[in-house]
Amino acid sequence: MSATGTAPAAADQQKAPPPTATAVGSRSAWTGSALQSVLAIVAALVLGGVLIALTDDRVADAASYFFARPADTLAAMWAAASSAYEAMFYGAVYNPNGTTFAQRVYPLAETLTVATPLVLAGLGVAVAFQAGLFNIGAQGQLLIGAALAAWVGFAWQLPVGVHLLAVVLAGAVGGALWGAIVGVLKARTGAHEVILTIMLNYIALNLVAWLLTRPAFLRPGSSNPVSPQVAETAMFPKLLGEQFRLHWGFVLAILATVFVAWLLQRSTIGFELRAVGANPRAARTAGISVTRGFVVVMVLAGALAGLAGVAQISGTERALTAGVAASFGFDAITVALLGRSKPWGTFFAGLLYGGFRAGGVTMQSMTGTNIDIVLVVQSLIVLFIALPPLVRTGQGRARSRRGRGTTATGTTTVSDTATATTTASDTATATASDTATGTTTASGTATDTDTATEGGRA
Amino acid sequence: MSSQHPHPRPEQAPWASGGPAGSPAGGAAAETLPPPGEAELSTTAANEVVGVTSWRTPVVLALLSLVALLLFGLNAPDNPVSFRVSEAGDLLRVPDLVVHGVLWGWLTVAVLAGLTVLAFLRARAGAHLPRWAVLLFGFFFVSGFLVWVVGSARSPDVSLSGLLAGSVALAIPLIFGSLGGLLCERSGVINIAIEGQLLFGAFSAAVAGSLSGSAWVGLLAAVLGAGLVSLVLAVFSITYRVNQVIVGVVLNVLVSGLTGFLFATVLESDPGVFNSPPRLPRFAVPVLSEIPLIGPIVFDQSVIGYLMYAAVALVWFALYRTRWGLRTRSVGEHPKAADTLGVKVNALRFRNVLVGGMVAGLGGAFYTLVSVSAFTRDMTSGAGYIALAALIFGRWNPVGALLASLLFGFASNLQSILSFLGTPVPSQFLAMLPYVVTILAVAGLVGVSRGPAAIGKPYTKE
Repeated sequence: MSATGTAPAAADQQKAPPPTATAVGSRSAWTGSALQSVLAIVAALVLGGVLIALTDDRVADAASYFFARPADTLAAMWAAASSAYEAMFYGAVYNPNGTTFAQRVYPLAETLTVATPLVLAGLGVAVAFQAGLFNIGAQGQLLIGAALAAWVGFAWQLPVGVHLLAVVLAGAVGGALWGAIVGVLKARTGAHEVILTIMLNYIALNLVAWLLTRPAFLRPGSSNPVSPQVAETAMFPKLLGEQFRLHWGFVLAILATVFVAWLLQRSTIGFELRAVGANPRAARTAGISVTRGFVVVMVLAGALAGLAGVAQISGTERALTAGVAASFGFDAITVALLGRSKPWGTFFAGLLYGGFRAGGVTMQSMTGTNIDIVLVVQSLIVLFIALPPLVRTGQGRARSRRGRGTTATGTTTVSDTATATTTASDTATATASDTATGTTTASGTATDTDTATEGGRA
Repeated sequence: MSSQHPHPRPEQAPWASGGPAGSPAGGAAAETLPPPGEAELSTTAANEVVGVTSWRTPVVLALLSLVALLLFGLNAPDNPVSFRVSEAGDLLRVPDLVVHGVLWGWLTVAVLAGLTVLAFLRARAGAHLPRWAVLLFGFFFVSGFLVWVVGSARSPDVSLSGLLAGSVALAIPLIFGSLGGLLCERSGVINIAIEGQLLFGAFSAAVAGSLSGSAWVGLLAAVLGAGLVSLVLAVFSITYRVNQVIVGVVLNVLVSGLTGFLFATVLESDPGVFNSPPRLPRFAVPVLSEIPLIGPIVFDQSVIGYLMYAAVALVWFALYRTRWGLRTRSVGEHPKAADTLGVKVNALRFRNVLVGGMVAGLGGAFYTLVSVSAFTRDMTSGAGYIALAALIFGRWNPVGALLASLLFGFASNLQSILSFLGTPVPSQFLAMLPYVVTILAVAGLVGVSRGPAAIGKPYTKE
């Protein structure tokens, strides 16, 4: 629950309004974190560029006479990094070498295509974050969703429109089922969701691999583990005509983002989920069932990840394979972290990472730079966002001020405030630190209960 | 690792209920006392757990017996099944173990049914099943399964020593990984980054070994490389109190990307220079290594294999018999209390995380210095997560982690052997086994697996 978690500190940092419940605005928190996100992205790209430069052959050649002409080495480094990023830009946004307009904007359409499953699965991770759950299982939920969607797609014969709807529902149901296992086990037995989701990822992978050895799922006449192609009626129509791969799944991703934003900010269910994430004990005091919250949010998260599976099956892949999920489910975690678990933040983070992936392919073919550099940049971004020294100066002051403000209540500990201000990690840490010592920030509890009653009335 | 307990639970110390993996009876005692936090969370749920607890063991045993009846009894292979014990070169020649599928199948069913009845009787008397009964149940279930699965294969003949030795080889990186994770987690830091530590250890060993031409330098580099990954984990999660799970997950992606990138750009550019590490020598202890079954497992290993046995013993001793171990456990359970008594919580955690990473690095070195003599992209392929599973299934105990890793190694070795023999069990289900039993363990359906109470929570001195 980042809104209540970071907002007071970030607000202090920005305009220093009094830390009251009403002053907890998401906007000020967002501008602060947006600046930090940009810094993190730039820093990660620079480090990635250094890595590209250091492993480049021409740089190595120039470095052999570094002491004679150091400028040559630096020029070679700059050339290596800039040409790689230039190629990435051409592959992700705009290709100036295209002859027709369609060719020139093709990369952008490709970015949106790749971003579609990333956004959907990222939303699944983000929603769970908001309720304080760490959903590492998007990969498994995506796979099971894709398997069910593919089966409905190739085994059922339905009229146009109805069939696609059935496929979308099947994907959502498949993912939701896989997520529900986590929610139910967490709620009933207290098992840790991180362990459950990691294990369920591998179970899902093996389950799909096994399904692809069964006659019901195997493509007739093929010995490879590939399912039959889904029917034409089960495919998303192309969004911008046949020359682009972009499909209506992208619209589904936008709708899902709108829906999640509405659900979290405007609905009672979403309010309860956020309350559970912010402070389970306060939520329980306010009459919210924490265990039911776990199940609901995991069903929702699973369904969203399942829709990412539909985007793969009905959008681009057309058939089920063991590799249909690629690494979208894992990338979704970094997407949600960069988006700070907020719906629109996740959406734009998904677009960015989609651009990295689409551009990475072009980069690899144009400059020979290995596409794994994208993974490095992605993970560095998240690490830098989490790195407090980047924003240490502002927050140090905010922390001491906040500490003074709440000492009157007597229960505030430095650790509560400190962990709450630890930016990207706030969601999960908030829960962890709440339960850590039982010394929950008194003001935090008050805020939650206050808003809880508001929500109850709404 | 349940995060819903706001209060410390001194009576729930995992080492007190102790015992190796796979003994449902041992941990059931602890489960009957619901921690206060859980009771607050949902009174009804907690009551239900108490009600189920005493009957859980017999019910689980009954279900397993039913499986045994359906598969090993009613579906028994009607032919002799032979397990080769000694190979041609062995000093001692031991005759092969030959059993008849039907005979052994029904014997298994009878023993399992008897133990299940015993479990029901004990449960009604409010007592727990004795440890020997659980072990006997485990032995007969596994042997019954082996006889059934090998007997149903096309050629019902398998080398038992090959099966076991292969299992140990597959288990070695898992054991190092779970020991490394154990050192982190017993002091209260979640280590999701075991996978990254293994992978970076393997990578460093390959590169340093190739460049220096010495496998020992490679081994040292693996330790330092994985220690570096741990250093990042420690700095972020302890010094800056960033969420430990996030750092772990991101580190795995970072290491995968970094090693993949360097593999493609540097190692592949000249594999002879960068990616052809020498192998670590293999020592066979004279005479002892020719004992059937035990010889190849214990006395014919690479250096890393012997180190593994030493590491398990050392970690166990250090954790339970030294001052450092007591402090580590107390920091993982109740850091505030430890701090009050003068233990420097964060410094101790920092050191333990570093050492844990270094131990995991040895497991990484096994990939490039012992099993395959070259690094390949993502070559650990999820072993770090299985090591995490073994750590949890082994109840955060070194011996438990060893046994759990061996079980998981056995399952994956059986899977590859059975794919040659042709088998009634799809190999994917055997591959799932570690993950399924881990879920059952953390959900408390088979035994109780509870992590250190303070795990995952950054500590700040007040």
